[in-house]
Amino acid sequence: MIDVTLESVSKRFARAGDTAAVDDVDITIAAGEFFTLLGPSGCGKTTTLRMVAGFYFPTSGRIRFGAEDVTRRPPNKRDTGMVFQNYALFPHMSVAQNVAYGLKIRKVGRADARRRVEEALGQVHLAGYGGRRIDQLSGGQQQRVALARALVIRPRTLLLDEPLSNLDAKLREETRTEIRRIQKESGTTAIYVTHDQAEAMAMSDRIAVMESGRVQQIGAPREIYHRPATAFVARFIGRSNVLSLPVTGGTDDSVTVGLPDGGETVVAAPVGHGLRAGETALVSVRPEHIGLTSTTEPGALPGRVTELEFTGMATNLIVDVAGESVQVAAIDVPAGLAVGDQVGLRLTRERMWVVRP
Amino acid sequence: MGGATVTAAPTAATVPPVTGEPTPSGRDRRPRLADRLSGGASSRWFPYVLVFPLALILFGYVVQPMFATFAESVGVDGVANYTEFLSGEGVARSSLLTSLLISAASVLLCGIVGVAMAFLLKRFQFPGRRLIEAIILVPAALPPLIGAISFQLLYSETGILPRGLQQLFGTENPVLPFTGIAGVLVVHTFTMYPFFYLAASAALAGMDPSVEEAAYNLGAGRVRVWRTVLLPMLTPALVSASLLVFMTSLASYTAPLLFGVDRTMTMQIYINRTNGDLPMASAYASVLAVVSILFLLGMRWYEGRRSYRSQSKGVAAHRREITNPFGKWAALAASILATVVLLAPVGTIALVAFSADGSWTTEVIPSAYTWQNFVTIFSDPKAFQPILNSLQMSLLATVGCVVVGVLIAYAVRRLDFRGRALLDVAVMLAWALPGTVVAINLISAFSTGNAFSFGQVLIGTFWIMPLAYFVRFLPLVFRSSSATLAQIDPSLEEAARNLGASWWRAFGTVTLRLMLPGVAAGALLAFVNGVGEFVASVLIYTSQTAPISVEINNRMYSFEIGTAAAYGMLQVVLIFVVMVISGRLQNGRSASREAARWSA
Repeated sequence: MIDVTLESVSKRFARAGDTAAVDDVDITIAAGEFFTLLGPSGCGKTTTLRMVAGFYFPTSGRIRFGAEDVTRRPPNKRDTGMVFQNYALFPHMSVAQNVAYGLKIRKVGRADARRRVEEALGQVHLAGYGGRRIDQLSGGQQQRVALARALVIRPRTLLLDEPLSNLDAKLREETRTEIRRIQKESGTTAIYVTHDQAEAMAMSDRIAVMESGRVQQIGAPREIYHRPATAFVARFIGRSNVLSLPVTGGTDDSVTVGLPDGGETVVAAPVGHGLRAGETALVSVRPEHIGLTSTTEPGALPGRVTELEFTGMATNLIVDVAGESVQVAAIDVPAGLAVGDQVGLRLTRERMWVVRP
Repeated sequence: MGGATVTAAPTAATVPPVTGEPTPSGRDRRPRLADRLSGGASSRWFPYVLVFPLALILFGYVVQPMFATFAESVGVDGVANYTEFLSGEGVARSSLLTSLLISAASVLLCGIVGVAMAFLLKRFQFPGRRLIEAIILVPAALPPLIGAISFQLLYSETGILPRGLQQLFGTENPVLPFTGIAGVLVVHTFTMYPFFYLAASAALAGMDPSVEEAAYNLGAGRVRVWRTVLLPMLTPALVSASLLVFMTSLASYTAPLLFGVDRTMTMQIYINRTNGDLPMASAYASVLAVVSILFLLGMRWYEGRRSYRSQSKGVAAHRREITNPFGKWAALAASILATVVLLAPVGTIALVAFSADGSWTTEVIPSAYTWQNFVTIFSDPKAFQPILNSLQMSLLATVGCVVVGVLIAYAVRRLDFRGRALLDVAVMLAWALPGTVVAINLISAFSTGNAFSFGQVLIGTFWIMPLAYFVRFLPLVFRSSSATLAQIDPSLEEAARNLGASWWRAFGTVTLRLMLPGVAAGALLAFVNGVGEFVASVLIYTSQTAPISVEINNRMYSFEIGTAAAYGMLQVVLIFVVMVISGRLQNGRSASREAARWSA
């Protein structure tokens, strides 16, 4: 169990021209923490993880395990346990041989190794599967062998590169609970890479949201959801409307903005937002925090329904408000509401939040 | 960027930030250097440590000899040897033209036969189809010399078929004998049509039948579908097959030799070399090398473009049953004929191998049969020596091919370094150069001491032979290793490294272990090609190092045809054993894939 620190880490690939795959990333991961790198494909999350594993060396910056500088240490000297996206199980070895591979390299005695392999297989509910060939296992079982193989060496950090992306939806949910349980039990620091925000939310202690090689925000799941730092985070985590509204005033932690109908409202903002009257604020408001009402209700924004989609639990609408398309997810929809109808929108003021571009 | 919990870099004062090339401070240097030494594949300079000796080998034995040949060709006579190619009625010019003409005609003939066979066998169901599919590659699998000899025994003026027809019809002369260029073309067609057959079959198999169905669905007739869908989709396969056949025909040496076509590039190289005019032979070799390299580059350029292999799984193309009763009988008759034609070369060699030397003069087939030929080649020490030579030299070359070929395949597929494409091209160069050219290159380079021969003269020694085999067959091991490596997920090696394995250990226990079937198949291929090698050997052998094929050629000259064929049978049997083993290796792999599919 050890904390992992990335200090202004950047990675440029020789062939990729000038753009950095990872650009000046600072992250501190606490010992025992389940930390997730989340972002769309190509955001640099896997590159970051591979630098922690030692498969790439940073172009600049430092990586530390505890106080130890491991920036340029080869992967086999880092003592990390990695679970690969496609599991990377050795097809020419049995399940037990796969799990024992790292122990053999560490020269663990035969009896001891056998006991630890059994233990690790038990931990992932595969006791008795040691003699099987890899191609005799289902995808989910292979995934768990990969996890056992990474954990059995008692690594200083567990690295998981989209380990669930090859599983079907139901298995994915079961397995993520399993991974979280095993990680808690072993107390290993874990770094998890995914593009699935629901997965990240459900599993992580903290999340770093990345885009174009840069960290957009680091925080606990709730903080990232309710207080997104940037418009990108607001849109990427769940869905969100990011409205550009004129600033008319404000305090240190809030701004007053004008609404399309001419009204005004006070919106919470990060401390030190620096927005002044006359500037434009980006205000995030989630579809589920907008209520449908009649056009006549005071304070409601008038709009026209342009799209309407019934999904069962909620109805998703797109409402045109003075030229701006606003997404609404409504539980209760007036019977007979149709595209083209005029509606009023009631924004939940306390859920609105100012974000950076 | 950065939320509340982002940590600033607090140690910037104590540890200088690394930018670009690392400039470690004195305190850090020692551990980092140690890390780098053990860093293996992930350290930045590791690729060069591995690649440098490989590049040196390729340069020393493939590239540098080629330049030596060029130097030889202009060394004494200046450009005089080359101006002969430009003058109106010189031998040089007509040889070049004849070679090009034979190659072009070979492409045409092989294309017609190969594509027709592919369509018949892959698109139609008729009696005998499976048998023909099983034996279709037999003529092409024969070693070059014994293949050409078998066609000579079958179709030349003194061949079995023309004489048989002569006797049948009672004519004065043999009927339909193939001589000269026509004979060469027969050999080329039979031994090279598989390039077209395999390419067209693969393209047909990879073609999504729904594409064809879509064309029918949109109202196209059968001819229109052929013209607008099928042929265009086959084009990439046909173009690469054409280039291959052209190159192989250009390099062909045994067929012109046996059918007496002296005015080809390869024959001129041989004739000039044996007449002692090495500069002129070198000029021919250089011209042939340049043409071959141009074709190699053309092929690489073309292969880099997109092919029309469809990605969808779809349904397998179903074969059309031949229902018309007349068609059925015709198909059956054609099948039987095809079977006979395909097996005739091997059958002829087998038959002649059991004939008594000197017993075959004007008869259709030999008149006296005996076991003696096989007894001779195994019991007479002088006759057994060539067999020993071939086995020994091929084995040595194969070991070299495996070590160098596997490492080059790994470097080209897995490592990132400057000059990677160059290394790849250098190996393929060894493949593109005709055997005669390889031999002349080695003669030019190693007839004096050279850094790459450690100052020794290699010509006239034993070592030049395995070296020639090594150069010629390295690409075979490289290709099959590289193809297997492409199937192995790079993350397997990373997983081993992550679990603590050093690069060497990860390579040995995981990557190399998984490459083994491909490496073994390539090694067997290299070995068997070495045992059958004739084209380069005949230019560089000495009486002590004569390999089997050269001995066959010599015995043919002294009319010991039976003994020659017995040696040939030995090569043929070895080839079929190796084909079966390679097939097993392939099947082993596909069997485990099958198992994976069923259990998933």
